[in-house]
Amino acid sequence: MGGAAPIVAQGLNHYFGLGEARKQAIWDLNLTIKRGTLTILMGPSGSGKTTVLTLMGCLRDVQEGRVDLLGHPLRGATEAELVQLRRRLGFIFQAHNLHESLTAAQNVLMGLQVHGAGDAVKQRHAAAHMLGLLGLADRMDYLPANLSGGQKQRVAVARALVSNPEVIFADEPTAALDKESGRVVVDMLKTLGQTRGTTTVMVTHDNRIMDLADRIITLEEGRVVKDTNP
Amino acid sequence: MNRLLTWLFGRLPIGWLQLSHSRTRLIAAVAGVAFANLLVFMQLGIMGALNNSTVAPYALIDGDIILSSSEGNTLTDSGNIARAYMFQALGVAGVASGIPLYIGNLPLTLADGSSISLLSFGVDISQTQFVAPVIAPALAGLALENTVLLDKDTRSMPAEALASLATGSSFTFEANGKTLTAVGSMAVGGGFLADGMMVTSDQTFLRFFGSRRSGAPDHILLRVVDGVSSATVVDRLRAELPAGIVKVQTMPEARAADLAFMATERPTGIIFGFGVFMGILVGLVIVYQVLSTDVADHLREYATFKAMGYDQPFFLGIVFEEALILAVFGFIPGLIVSMGLYAGLNVVTGLPVVMDSARAALVFVGTLAACSASGAIATRRLAAADPADLF
Ligand SMILES: Nc1ncnc2c1ncn2[C@@H]1O[C@H](COP(=O)(O)OP(=O)(O)OP(=O)(O)O)[C@@H](O)[C@H]1O
Ligand SMILES: [Mg+2]
Repeated sequence: MGGAAPIVAQGLNHYFGLGEARKQAIWDLNLTIKRGTLTILMGPSGSGKTTVLTLMGCLRDVQEGRVDLLGHPLRGATEAELVQLRRRLGFIFQAHNLHESLTAAQNVLMGLQVHGAGDAVKQRHAAAHMLGLLGLADRMDYLPANLSGGQKQRVAVARALVSNPEVIFADEPTAALDKESGRVVVDMLKTLGQTRGTTTVMVTHDNRIMDLADRIITLEEGRVVKDTNP
Repeated sequence: MNRLLTWLFGRLPIGWLQLSHSRTRLIAAVAGVAFANLLVFMQLGIMGALNNSTVAPYALIDGDIILSSSEGNTLTDSGNIARAYMFQALGVAGVASGIPLYIGNLPLTLADGSSISLLSFGVDISQTQFVAPVIAPALAGLALENTVLLDKDTRSMPAEALASLATGSSFTFEANGKTLTAVGSMAVGGGFLADGMMVTSDQTFLRFFGSRRSGAPDHILLRVVDGVSSATVVDRLRAELPAGIVKVQTMPEARAADLAFMATERPTGIIFGFGVFMGILVGLVIVYQVLSTDVADHLREYATFKAMGYDQPFFLGIVFEEALILAVFGFIPGLIVSMGLYAGLNVVTGLPVVMDSARAALVFVGTLAACSASGAIATRRLAAADPADLF
């Protein structure tokens, strides 16, 4: 892998709707994101942040232009290739999206079992360790319904990080967290970048964490208007 | 349960966790499957009893080939066939022996005033190779006029009298104003056809059925020469005898044809077949409803799993896991309740409604198949789980 950029976007355009209603959301986006960095996407509502994130995270088909993720061009990739790629990524959504029927530990296990059954004992330990790091050691066997909003979000973070993803995409992951645990999560992402070379792209409005970013990209109406390395 | 399923699937048993999480849905679904099973079991039970009583008479007679009128439907619902064809058949190479078989329903009034009917078989008692081996030794006792072998499961007959037959004593009863003496017994059971059965000599038979002629029996039974295949002889007989008048079948063929006739030509068979179909349909609809609602309720979670890199087989696996659980959980109570109802039906009607393992296995496999089919249809909703909508 070395220093090759995990994410490269070139001449990326994206449109929503059909016919009269067709509307361009992303205009000629060109971006190269370096390995092991924490990049923050910001901009007003409707500026295209989420759209960019889903395009780079192979959750949405690339219509025009080019996105290379971990060395693989996403446009024209088969569903099977996309599935394989997704297993190397971690997603943290604004809503926790935990499975209501699974306990905290089982939800985290789902992040591991996507790679196969593996060693059940090892997997349980990994899940427990990750939940412990996020301060949830005593909530392992709770169903989401019995957890607070912040706790649920931290379980979701644990689920995304437990499989050591190469790239993490997060959309306002700290919105549901108090200042303290928000900071813990972002610190963690930052540390992962430095120790394991994990690359993080995060959408956030949270000023409290801007200082941790390696790069801040500002979008407006689907275009990059500012790109800084603080 | 969790541990077992985890071991079974090599992953967390999401389907089971999902189902057991919404208890009411699980209970409703299991009850639905159990009810569908019950419907199917009851239809099959009664149909089985009908089939049993259709072919029960075959347990009395024996032979390799049976000649019947081509206008007849079954063994006991047949037209007459000219005895002359028996002589013609005896001239065909490979035919060793033959007898005319007379069948009739004898009404009789019992001491208590109730009336029953006996399905009566008149046979040539000198040719024991044409009756079942268990009753063959008793044929000699029928040489006396007006003697019969009586079915010891005959409905409404005095039980002590029937029981006394086994110990060698005989008893008399009246039919059509004439007196019959039961000199021995056999076990067949009445079923749908009659309240009981009896075997007599052809002479006695013709005396009691005054309108019947010895030249026009119901069927002709044939034995083939040892070492010759019945099929070969059937072919020769078909070539020899007029096709539009005489139906030539081996005994197993005739038996199978009777079953097919009852299942497809008689309203009862069709009604029960329809009942089975309805039961399956009810099961399909209930399971489909439950599974597709369950899929719809978890679209967001499934979309999340998709984003995490789970592929289509994984989601199909969840739905099939649920289908499997519903099938197993619904089948067990369905089977137990059905067995209870079978026993009740047996006591009330005397019909041979019994559960056999082949039927249970068949219904179980059918339940698995129906649940899987419902699951397969329900998975179409999975396509709506789009991870791009998650953010
Ligand atoms: N599925 C969709 N169908 C149609 N238009 C869409 C869809 N998703 C996004 N858009 C449009 O594309 C533009 C960019 O939306 P996007 O969600 O990327 O913005 P955003 O920067 O994430 O906003 P927010 O801060 O509110 O989350 C908006 O004008 C939005 O209305
Ligand atoms: Mg957004």
